[in-house]
Amino acid sequence: MKKNRPQKSPEDRHPLLDQLSQLWRNKTAVAGLIIVAGFVLMAFFAPALSPHNPNDTSLYDQLKPPFWAYGGSDKNVLGTDDLGRDILSRIIYGARVSLIVAVVSVGLAFALGTLLGSISGYYKGALDNVIMRIMDIILAFPYLLLAIVVVAYLGPSLENAMMAIGITYVPRFARIVRGSVLEECEKDYVMAAKAVGAKDWRIIFIAILPNCLGPLIVQTTLSFASAILDAAALSFLGLGAQPPTPEWGAMIARSRALILRASWVMTFPGIAILMAVLGFNLLGDGLRDALDPRLRD
Amino acid sequence: MSDQYQEPQPLVQTRDLVKYYPIRGGVFLKEIASVKAVDHVSLTIGNGETLGLVGESGCGKTTFGRAILRLEEPTSGEVFFEGENILTYSPVQMRALRKAIQIIFQDPFSSLNPRKTVSHIIGEPLLIHGVKSRIERDERVLELLNVVGLRKEHMRRYPHQFSGGQRQRIGVARALALNPKLIICDEAVSALDVSIQAQVINLLKDLQETFGLTYLFISHDLSVVEHVSDRVAVMYLGKIVELAESKELYRKPLHPYTQALLSASPIPDPELKRKRIILKGDVPSPIDPPPGCRFHTRCLYRQDICHQEEPKLKEVTENHQAACFFAGKVGIESP
Repeated sequence: MKKNRPQKSPEDRHPLLDQLSQLWRNKTAVAGLIIVAGFVLMAFFAPALSPHNPNDTSLYDQLKPPFWAYGGSDKNVLGTDDLGRDILSRIIYGARVSLIVAVVSVGLAFALGTLLGSISGYYKGALDNVIMRIMDIILAFPYLLLAIVVVAYLGPSLENAMMAIGITYVPRFARIVRGSVLEECEKDYVMAAKAVGAKDWRIIFIAILPNCLGPLIVQTTLSFASAILDAAALSFLGLGAQPPTPEWGAMIARSRALILRASWVMTFPGIAILMAVLGFNLLGDGLRDALDPRLRD
Repeated sequence: MSDQYQEPQPLVQTRDLVKYYPIRGGVFLKEIASVKAVDHVSLTIGNGETLGLVGESGCGKTTFGRAILRLEEPTSGEVFFEGENILTYSPVQMRALRKAIQIIFQDPFSSLNPRKTVSHIIGEPLLIHGVKSRIERDERVLELLNVVGLRKEHMRRYPHQFSGGQRQRIGVARALALNPKLIICDEAVSALDVSIQAQVINLLKDLQETFGLTYLFISHDLSVVEHVSDRVAVMYLGKIVELAESKELYRKPLHPYTQALLSASPIPDPELKRKRIILKGDVPSPIDPPPGCRFHTRCLYRQDICHQEEPKLKEVTENHQAACFFAGKVGIESP
């Protein structure tokens, strides 16, 4: 065969790409994308962006207010905390921690949930019942409480918090994948794959799962948001990131006592959490609109 | 498709093939009833012939086709392919056998994976059966596309970019990829426009001549089946009620059901008047089929014996079988 491929017409694109171009028409989704991209860049280039080392204490600069308030200076743009550490630098480094937590815990939940859900939906019957009842048991507990129990059992650390969040998120992925797989199994192309002698793993992972990607992507994005929030909550309770790790939830927890004296120490990490969660949620909602064929015009 | 019908070597033979779908209920999901989709069907498909299978929706045609492929595991019975009972095959043996039996689906929109390119869809059977080199696969895909009348630039496209007829051609190409001996055409043209139907039917006929294929042609469209089939089997509520050479069956239907079916099929001649047999009532539920002859609830000629005994499919005239006590003695001749 010769190498000269025919000209690619815009119609030759992968259907998923086609759907993603829908995303650009959704203004709020683009806003979400920009916020998320901002945080990702911030996390990636943290050493270059942050003016100070996030863990450098300075006894002379304790509780400096932000630059616009009385007593603030350009040296610490968002002020300092009770140990004189630069808040802006800690927030920038905190983005790293939060995004790593989100990626690892959601990745864990994604892998495990997709595996369990697709097995459940494809084989049906008793196996499906057993898997889904286990998922129901996990869902029966308030998930933050469950995460606390898991962390309490494993010991408080950031790794264990990621593990705990990951485990509590497995059921939502498993359920979504199971539902989509059940739906796809009814279509003839699955029967056709069986008819040509495809093995089960090939049918599940190569034929069916790509068709379930839409809801999965949406769920993943929305889970990033709640994972960041949950990680902050666990750290706030002292069960996640341990000092001196610059983690937004831990920063808020540490400055709890100072809220009346130096409100900025608590406010800025709070805003960071808010923005990150908002960004992922907007993006997730936009993706849902773009990927759901029923909502397309 | 000669005038004189010659019994060919059997390629596939089913013996008392049964497929019941259990209906479960109650706390412990006990089987409380079953849908008798295919009930003791014994059919022979000769090598190189086209066997038409007609019947109204829900009579078990599709299930029968899938049971032969073991896409639906039969409840009991035997399926012989080239003399071997494939229901005793292990999954590994079965996978190897799938090269020889392929299927074309009714709905060209759901039978192709929307996320895969045409070259992937047609090449996948080759990959599964050991053609690991992509270049080799693509060559074969190109060959197959030519055979079914599609072009090279279609290889990298996705199913949604094709019309229904083109998609069905892709389905045909996929079925041909492994050089099968038997293709089960499960309502293969029913979802297409009449003009496209003709194209696909002609394609199937050409392929049969070129590759010596055997077809099980499942359809509810009587005129299409008459056109393509050497022999035709008529199915009612999971059973074969009549089996004959195509021309013979359409000229002299022996079973009252076949007669009613044929009288209902439209003929493209407004001048021609004929008596229509209007059947009363609905098809009985396959969960609880009527005792005796399954057709007796709607039959115009029923007698007491029809309630009590089940008529066996037996030869009434030469090469013409019907499952009716009064076959050939009742009814009208089809025009």
